Amino acid sequence: MSDINANVLATEAAETIEDLAESASGLFNDVDRDRVVRYGSYLAMALVFVSLVGMAVGLDGRQILFWINPDVYVNHPDGQGLSLGDVALWMWPLLLGWAATNEVVLEGMQARVRGVSDLVTGFLVGALGGLGISFLTFLMSVDREINPENGVPAYGARDPLVNWNEQLYIMLTFNRGWTFALWAWPLLAGLLAMVGASFRVMSDPIRKAITAALISVLSVSVFQFLVDDLLEGVGETIADPGRISNFFESDPSLGRPRVDSAFDPLIDFLYAKTGGLRLEGVILVAVVAAALSLVASYLVRGRVKQARQAYFDRPLAERTRSSALLMVGVALALLIVPFFTGSIINELLANVGIFLLLALGLNIVVGLAGILDLGYVAFFAVGGYTTAVLTSAGRGESWPSWVPLLVDEGEPVVGGWLIALVLVMVFAGLTGLLIGAPVIRMRGDYLAIVTLGFGEIIRLLFLSDWLKGYFGGAQGITNIEGADFGPIGTVTGVEPRSVFYLVAVFAAIAIYVSWRLERSRLGRAWMAIREDESVAEAMGINTVNMKLMAFVVGAVLASFAGAIFSAKVGSIFPTSFLILVSIIILVVVIVGGMGNIMGVIAGSLVLIGVLGGPKQPGLLQEFSEYKLLIYGVLLVWMMLQRPEGLVPNVRRSRELHQEEFLQDAWLKGEVDTDDEGDDVATEVAPA
Amino acid sequence: MSDTTDKGTPILEFRNINTHYGAVHILKDVNLAIYPGEMVSLLGGNASGKSTTLKTLLGMVTPTTGEVVLDGEVVNDKPTSYRVERGITMVPENRRLFKRLSVLENLQLGAYLRNDKAGIAEDLERIYTMFPRVKERANQKSGTLSGGEQQMVAMGRALMSRPRVLLMDEPSMGLAPMLVQTNFELIQQIHQEGIAIFMVEQNANMALSIADRGWVLQTGKVVLDDTAENLLANPELRKSYLGEA
Repeated sequence: MSDINANVLATEAAETIEDLAESASGLFNDVDRDRVVRYGSYLAMALVFVSLVGMAVGLDGRQILFWINPDVYVNHPDGQGLSLGDVALWMWPLLLGWAATNEVVLEGMQARVRGVSDLVTGFLVGALGGLGISFLTFLMSVDREINPENGVPAYGARDPLVNWNEQLYIMLTFNRGWTFALWAWPLLAGLLAMVGASFRVMSDPIRKAITAALISVLSVSVFQFLVDDLLEGVGETIADPGRISNFFESDPSLGRPRVDSAFDPLIDFLYAKTGGLRLEGVILVAVVAAALSLVASYLVRGRVKQARQAYFDRPLAERTRSSALLMVGVALALLIVPFFTGSIINELLANVGIFLLLALGLNIVVGLAGILDLGYVAFFAVGGYTTAVLTSAGRGESWPSWVPLLVDEGEPVVGGWLIALVLVMVFAGLTGLLIGAPVIRMRGDYLAIVTLGFGEIIRLLFLSDWLKGYFGGAQGITNIEGADFGPIGTVTGVEPRSVFYLVAVFAAIAIYVSWRLERSRLGRAWMAIREDESVAEAMGINTVNMKLMAFVVGAVLASFAGAIFSAKVGSIFPTSFLILVSIIILVVVIVGGMGNIMGVIAGSLVLIGVLGGPKQPGLLQEFSEYKLLIYGVLLVWMMLQRPEGLVPNVRRSRELHQEEFLQDAWLKGEVDTDDEGDDVATEVAPA
Repeated sequence: MSDTTDKGTPILEFRNINTHYGAVHILKDVNLAIYPGEMVSLLGGNASGKSTTLKTLLGMVTPTTGEVVLDGEVVNDKPTSYRVERGITMVPENRRLFKRLSVLENLQLGAYLRNDKAGIAEDLERIYTMFPRVKERANQKSGTLSGGEQQMVAMGRALMSRPRVLLMDEPSMGLAPMLVQTNFELIQQIHQEGIAIFMVEQNANMALSIADRGWVLQTGKVVLDDTAENLLANPELRKSYLGEA
């Protein structure tokens, strides 16, 4: 009896196992193995790379959110929350899990039903990537040797790999040894990647809600400084409106007692005292964001699209007018912001403005006229040094007395900066001509290389001992006076808000000029040269003069930025004008979208504002060390995936889609299917 | 040789032109003349100097010796823009539109040297009636157009400068046979409006069938200069260009 039972049980068990195996193999059959291996390897590489360049450990110090209430468990052991370093690692499985399950729905083919196999794919990709870290920690553990005398671990491979150290080991193994990491990482990365993949399976509104919650939590925690600063500024101004009475004088926060504001409880609720979102804050932000997104999905659904369509159906002139109105509105809104923000944010905005000015200038040279100028920083330097020489008592000794010094007993002369600006324009224009004339006859690569050389020559001239009596060599020029506008106020670096307004005026001028140029005869000539220089010449365009003109216009815009820069910083040195500056400006232009003003604005906000400029930290101050790395990655990704830039030209992409539509219609036989040759013949009207 | 006495003064003329690229001798004592309203054709094989002739006519290449004469004035040292302003325009080989600019912008660039806004608008309308297809696509990037449409835009762009002489570099190159035929009809139509056409072609049969006169260029030298009918009948030419034994 028991034998029979046992037999039955055994058969049943075997059948169950067989069933399970079958359904499992069914699951795996739907998984594209090549894809899993490919994306899994990408993930492993990304994780190991981020670890070894020191990003994970370097950013680990910045806690951005807490699982456990930090006010209760201030000294809780590791694992109390999420640091920026964790995000730098964890984002990859999420992203690649999502990317690995991407699938183009082929026209005319049955779309595959999304489901469990996507999740399996995601998990496998993540697990494979996680193995990369497991392997890394294994290698580290082999290399790890604990000094018997003092118990300090040492690493043999530390010499070439700076970040191959105990901190990384502890972080990657969660301080539990490599055997823990061996299974923990594949599991963790697998689950994260599965979450990434699950975005493909969710219904639209839910996916949007979760994405909104995720992005909001991340931005509110990562940009804590900005949120904090804005809330505090707005709150205090509401509580004490008198704070903004002094328009140009100084920041609202400077030298004033702190005022209790309505937002203080919110700030305390959101953020921990040590920095980072509290658990309650996380929940609040996520719920609010998800709710808003759901409301948007269900109530507004389709209407935005309709409104967009309606907008595009209106005539072009009307659209131009309304987008101009929108621009003015945004600009006005931006003008109020510095009243509420502290000096650090204002300083940041001023930096963004200076680089925006530079990028707009380079956009004319590279984006419109197609001249790849790699020495653009030269004009920035000329603007800076000319202003310095004219407005600093500390300028070199060798200047003859007839070179005006617009300083009056240690005080700036009213309007002196403006007089200097006129001379700056002249000198920058002349430098543009001087450098441009020999360079402009070359094309393409040669031109780029020669401009690179000239950019360095200018910097080395300012650095040289030969001209030390004029420009101070490596010591540069100090004691540059601010820009004194008399009754309006004085612009100096001490009051970043004033710098912001000065920059805003010039950026507005530059934007307007670029915008007009793009639609002018001159702009068309530049674009024609960019597209096909010989044909442009055959159209009667004087290509040499036009290119020279682009060079000079770009030079003058850069020199404005230089003039503001020296008034802001108060001292300039040759090291402020390294070749890196040229490259960063170029990256801003390329990432934003070449030849596109909105793109250039977006590019400078994202790159300079968030990541930081050559010497200025951005909102993500922790990232300054990896700024160039991120720039590089962004540039490569941009060129591969979105060569048209962050903000592609709407009009043009719409035309492209219209073309696609027309071709579709033609293929489906909805439009006359006449032979093209006949079309031409019938459409040529008799003369 | 064609009789030229009754045609008045030529618009464009080459007098003993020699051109060099570096030390290499490209055009050798070339004499040409284009009279108002006529259709002429320059034939020649590869590397015979056809493109250099066009570039020299337009001022993009300066001759070493000899004179380029425009309306009786020697213009050797005058820039391209000077000649374009006086009614010399080129339709480049393979159309070469400004691909990332819209069709309208391409046409506007054709009228780059003109200042009369009313006249430009009028000519734009004229081109739109001539090619309704071009009007439909006015705001589209010209690079997204089909080959035939691009040819229309290229012609339109050239006409926008109100030319007296249209220099056409290999108008049939890169076009489907069907379109080549249409294209030649188009050229004839433009010619009927009184515009002189100077056509550089490898398709000798097609070119000579619509031209009044022709020259044959061989390694930079004019070896034949005659009326189109005579050239078509010339056995030597038939042998080398029309592939007949």
